[in-house]
Order: sequence, then structure tokens, then C-alpha cells
Amino acid sequence: MTDVLLQMTDIQKSFPGVHALDNACLEVKKGEVHGLVGENGAGKSTLMKILTGIYKRDSGSIKFRGKEIHVNNTRESQQLGIGIIHQEINLMPHLTVAENIFIGKEPMKGLFLDKKKANDDAKKMLNALNIDIDPAIPTGQLTVAKQQMVEIVKALSYDSELLVMDEPTSSLTENEIEELFKIIRNLKARGHGIIYISHRLDELPIITDRVTVMRDGQYVGTVETAKVTKSEIISMMVGRTIYEEPKVKSTVPADAPIVLEARHLCGNNVKDVSFCLHKGEILGFAGLIGAGRTETMRALFGADPLDSGEIIVNAEPITVKSPNDAISHGIGYLSEDRKGFGLAIGLAVRDNSVMANLDAFLKGPFTNDPKIDRTTIDYVEKINIKTPSVSQLVVNLSGGNQQKIVVAKWLIRNSDVLIFDEPTRGIDVGAKQEIYKLMNELVAEGKSIIMISSELPELLRMSDRIIVMCEGCITGEMNIEDATQEKIMTLATSKM
Amino acid sequence: MEKNKKFNFTKILAPIVLVLLYLFFSIFGRNFFSDDYLINILDGSYYIGFMAIGVTFVIITGGIDLSLGTTMMCAALLGGAAFNIWHWPMIWCLLLVVFVATAIGFLNGVLVAYLNLPPFIATLGTQMMGMGFGAILTRVQTMRYPTFGTPEGWFKNFFYKTTAGFPVGIFWLFGFFLIALILLSKTKFGRYTFAIGSNREAARLSGIKINPWLTGVYTFCGFCCGLAGIFYAAVYTSIIPSTGNGMELLGIAGVVIGGTSMAGGTGTLVGTLIGVYIMSVLKQGLMSMGLQSHWQTFFTGVVVIGAVLLDQYRLKQGAKVKK
Repeated sequence: MTDVLLQMTDIQKSFPGVHALDNACLEVKKGEVHGLVGENGAGKSTLMKILTGIYKRDSGSIKFRGKEIHVNNTRESQQLGIGIIHQEINLMPHLTVAENIFIGKEPMKGLFLDKKKANDDAKKMLNALNIDIDPAIPTGQLTVAKQQMVEIVKALSYDSELLVMDEPTSSLTENEIEELFKIIRNLKARGHGIIYISHRLDELPIITDRVTVMRDGQYVGTVETAKVTKSEIISMMVGRTIYEEPKVKSTVPADAPIVLEARHLCGNNVKDVSFCLHKGEILGFAGLIGAGRTETMRALFGADPLDSGEIIVNAEPITVKSPNDAISHGIGYLSEDRKGFGLAIGLAVRDNSVMANLDAFLKGPFTNDPKIDRTTIDYVEKINIKTPSVSQLVVNLSGGNQQKIVVAKWLIRNSDVLIFDEPTRGIDVGAKQEIYKLMNELVAEGKSIIMISSELPELLRMSDRIIVMCEGCITGEMNIEDATQEKIMTLATSKM
Repeated sequence: MEKNKKFNFTKILAPIVLVLLYLFFSIFGRNFFSDDYLINILDGSYYIGFMAIGVTFVIITGGIDLSLGTTMMCAALLGGAAFNIWHWPMIWCLLLVVFVATAIGFLNGVLVAYLNLPPFIATLGTQMMGMGFGAILTRVQTMRYPTFGTPEGWFKNFFYKTTAGFPVGIFWLFGFFLIALILLSKTKFGRYTFAIGSNREAARLSGIKINPWLTGVYTFCGFCCGLAGIFYAAVYTSIIPSTGNGMELLGIAGVVIGGTSMAGGTGTLVGTLIGVYIMSVLKQGLMSMGLQSHWQTFFTGVVVIGAVLLDQYRLKQGAKVKK
């Protein structure tokens, strides 16, 4: 067993209200590229954060080069020889390649920086991997792919034996991916172990030796890549027992009118997206992170500019230049990031509930505070928001109740089309059920809902129809009767 | 809840400090506990008070206005020029003061809201522009407003003190304070001021048109500087070109001492007014102890840092409770 580089066993990790990792395991050998896959929220990132010391494990063992390790921060893990290359580039764009590589351990000549040595050493390291980059130019002038290579060299400069690469290909072109794979093979030949996290399942057989699949914080299994097919991996990823009863049949009448139609929407990460929404329907949007679902909805809502495309509400084309336009046509958007975009959490419940419709609560030039309170109390009771009073600051409420306040905001504004972006993210199990119930009540009252969700059981339970997106495009659409987790996941990973 | 208790404590801390300071100087200062000193405290507070009220709104939106002082002086200079050089009737001169300051405030608003300049930079620019503009237009001559007893001296009696010596300015400041209080707490303008400062993006996604409202806030602040200019002229009579630089910091210090967070989203006008009077009491009190004005500057600095440290402490406590 001398060739085992890293052995993580029975890792447990809980956050308040969430059991993030439950018996997670991972084993990486020397000279191996080990794929780590799973849906969003499967626990891959948490596991890597524990490995690199960002989080502390609750229990379990991590053996690196045969020795039990306890790291408290990224610096310690680096010194041990574990490097991580994050999905986002973490370089200082104004500093040169060499300066970035040697940040924190600059070669010195007496009291001064030894620029020449830094550049020479950087050049040597780059050459060793056949990377052609001038170490003296600022990293901000490099392409994303080259910057990523600098990140790799930077990680290696700590004598890392184990490299974690988180979605390294997500922003690369095909040629650049090929370059990256060459470097990875080179590292592999030199005996480094690599943990390769990717959503692009098609890459796995090209670059990985083995794959570990995670699901809902648990270890599902490790397989040799050459011996399995993509669909087998997918069924490992999604093969959970569903506790939620999925919806068996759409509850929307066949003749329900179309309330909202989008035609050929184009924008940032939105590529020719068309769909329609019926009255009383819950339309699910499935896809992985970065699939362009949020971007589509933000463009539709006027939060981000739309390059081209038509939006039709109740059979009439509308122009959406700002959220105000969309709102006046009865569209309400509930952001996935409630604290960032949905609520002013430093303000009271009542201030948030009427934020989108203050005009209806004026008496002459003044705000009609009794009416604001009355209406807010009505909705607090109607949708069961648990708050000691309407003057309570939103920051002191739980995630589920915060979400309900956003719902109340749009109901008070009389919105007919509600766009829920990850409606239950960060919400505990009990409150989730309440949000589901609320959504069902809303459609029963004739509202229509678009629901973006990364949780397959949630999509299958709530939606009447599901649209799947991948990298800015719609890759499939299915009625709930035909929808399965495997189908959705296949469509969500269909592009490369 | 423990958190609410703490919150209330910091709320009443500023008034307590004000009372304690007043008592302290009454005991240790010479003749501090007297009408003369009380009137001095009030006199010095008018112009700072108006500026501080205006900039409270700006700071609640998460912005800053560094042009307060020079806007006030530029407007007062132009009003003085209208009186001295162009011989306008007094009432028109005063309206001009308010108009000029409001216009500069509007410019600040456009720069910050529509042209997306950081408030610090935009108002730093208009601060310098205002100072230069006033000096250019008056050809660097000191502008004198009419004094008591002169034909147009009514304005001093009207805004500053009656012939009998009663400080009427205090009614103007408190009257305007009440209007601002209603504006901030009871109108759409006030709600949106808080909404923008608390979470600008959430406000935008709620359909609030940020740009016009934010412009309005800066314009209102300019208007307040105009009022400050009138009261400065009424109290001090002479307006010297190329001054005003640094006075904005007195207004901002008042707001900060009053517990309004520079991060935006929270703030009270009551606190601002108390902050202004803490500075004023400090100034007169130290004087009554025979200490020069640079001691006042020094201690105001101490108070500002103390107030902000307290604010941070409170935020940290709040964050702890959240977890």
C-alpha cells in the first residue's frame, strides 16, 4: 500500500441544520488522476475544504503519505504538499507571473527582493511543464487558460505531491483543455496525485484513472473509469431513494392559457432560449451550476441587459429594460441569494414586505404606516411567517421565514408570475415543506411559477413540466410524467 | 432578547454622553453653566446642524458628501455677491444661496447615481469646484452680509437672534429638524433612502428606480447646505472666499457620533442632532476651561473614533447573536 498518497475515511461534517458529509471517503494513489463527481451539493467542495483545512472535520481520518494529518488552514496543507487550484482564478492581476508564483516566499538578496532569481526560477518551473509563458509579464494580460497554468505552477512551487483541481475546464476552450490535459498527464508521469473535480462527465474517461462518486454528502463508490459508462456514473450520482413522492401527473389543465412566453432570448450566458409558461403551472428549470438558468431569469426580469429576444405576457409583447418594467407586468423574481438581492436584511419585516409596492401605501405625501402594518400582518398570518412582530429586523429571522417575506413582497405587489430561484436553498427540512405547500397554494390560486432548482427530487416533486439547460442553452424539455433523474442529468451534462 | 437590550443601550449612549459632558463642564468650567455659554453653544451649532441633517440622508444611502462645507460657502458667497455687487434685495439673495447649494447637490446626485462615480470622488471633485467657483465669482473678495440695524439687517433678527438677544435660530434648526424627521420616517423618500442604503440591489430588483431617488437624496443634502449657508451668514456676517474646506468633516463627525453607520442602511436624525451638540458643548466647554480651540479639534477626533469603535462593537455583537 505504499503507493497510496491520500486516504480519507469516514469523514463527518455537520453545519447547523445540515449534515453536509456523512461517511465520506476518498483514496488517491501516486501518479493517479482521480475524478470526484456528484451533483451540486453532493459534498465535493466540503470534502476538499476539509482536506485543505478551510473547514474542520467533526470526525474521521485523513492519512497523507501514510501519516495521519490535522491541518488548520490552507497554509499548513500547502506545506504538507497538498495544493488546490480553485475554479476561480486567485492571482493578483497586476503582479507578474513570477511574483504571483513566489508570493509569500519571495527570493531575497539581503534586504531586497531578488527579481532575477524569481524570474529565472519561475522560468525553470514553467519549462519543466512545457509551458511557454514569460514570467515577467503581469498575469492580468494572460488568457484564463494561461492564468490557470500559472496557478498550477504556483501550487507545485510548494512541492505539492497532491493537487486538487476544482472544475479546471469550466472556462476553457477545447484547445486549451487539450493543453491542460497534457500538463496533467505530465504531472501524473512525475508521480503527482491529482483530484479532478468536474461536472463534465465526458472528460472523465479521457483524463481520469478512477472516479469517486458522491451523493448527498455520502460516499457512493469508486470505480475504474475504463470499466464504466457515462450512464452508469450518472445512475450512481442520482441513484438515491427518493423520500419525496414525485409528482406523477401535471395538475395544469390542457387548455390553460399561456401567461408568459420568451422567444429567442440572448444575453450573457443565455443562448437563444425560448419557452412558455401556462397559467397555474410550475415550470421547473434544471441544470448544473453555470447552466445559465439564473442568467436567463435575470435577463427576463430586466435585472441584466438582454441582447435580443422577445417577451410576451398575456399575449402582448412587452419591453423589459429594468426590473420595474417586468414588475409592472406582474412578474416577480425571488433570487437564489436572498440576502444579496432579495431582502434588505437590516430593515424591518414591514419595510421589506411593501418595498415593491410602496405607492399603494401612501396617504398624500406620507406613508400610511397603519395600513402597511395591517397588510403585513395579514400576509404574516396568511403564509405563516414566524416573526415576533412586523417591526422585527429581517436579519433575525430564519432562512425559511426570510424566503416567505420575499414571497409576501411579491404577493403584496399582485405579481402573477413568480420566478423562484433555488427556493429552498439554505432552508431546513421542515421549512422546505412549508415553502412547497405555499408554492402549491399559489398555483392553485392561479399564479404561475418558474422554479429554478438544482435539487432533482425537488424538481420532480414540484414541477408540472421541466426544462433542462446546459451552458446557456436549453437541452431538453419534458412533461413530469416522463421525467426521471437520469434523463435530467444526462441532458444537463450533454454538452462539452 | 439580549441583542435588543444592547441595541437600546447604544441608542441612549449618545444623549447620556451629552448630558455628562454638560455636567462635567458645568462643574469644572468657569461660568460654563450660564446663558452666555448656552447661547454660544447654540450659535455655533446652526450651520453644522443643517449640514449634518442633510448628510445623514446621504450616509444612510451608503454614500458620503465631502462637498458640504464648500457648497455652503460657495452658495453664501454668491448670495453675498448678489447683495454687495449686484445689489439684489435681501430675500432674493437668500433664495439664491439655497438655489446654488441645491444645484451643487443635484450635480453630486447626477455624478453618483447616473454617472456611477464613487461618492467620495464625486463630492471631492465638487468640493474643490465649489471652493474655486465661489472665489472666482467674487474675485476673491470677502462678502459681507448686512449687520444688525442696517436696512436689510432684518434677516439677522429673523434667523439669528432678536434685538432682545433671544436666539431664534434654534427654532429654525429644530423646526427643520422635525420636517427632516418626518421626511425620513414617514415618506416614500425616506423609505427608499433606507432601502437603497440597506441593499441597493434588492431595492432595484423590487422595482425602485434607484437613480432618481439617489439624485434626490444628494439634492436634498445640497438644499440643507444652502440653509446652512444662510445661517452661517446670519451668525458670522463675513464670508471669506476659499474657505469651507474642512467644515464638511464637522457635519460628518456629528452624524457619526450620533451612531449612523458609514456602511449605510441605518441611522437616526436624533442621533445626528445630539452628535452636533456633543461637539458644540465640547468646544465651548474646553474654552471655558481655558483650553484653546485645537484642544476641541483633538477631543472631537477622540469622540469620533470612540463612536465608530462603539458602532463596530455593536455590529459584532449583532453578528454573534445571528450565529
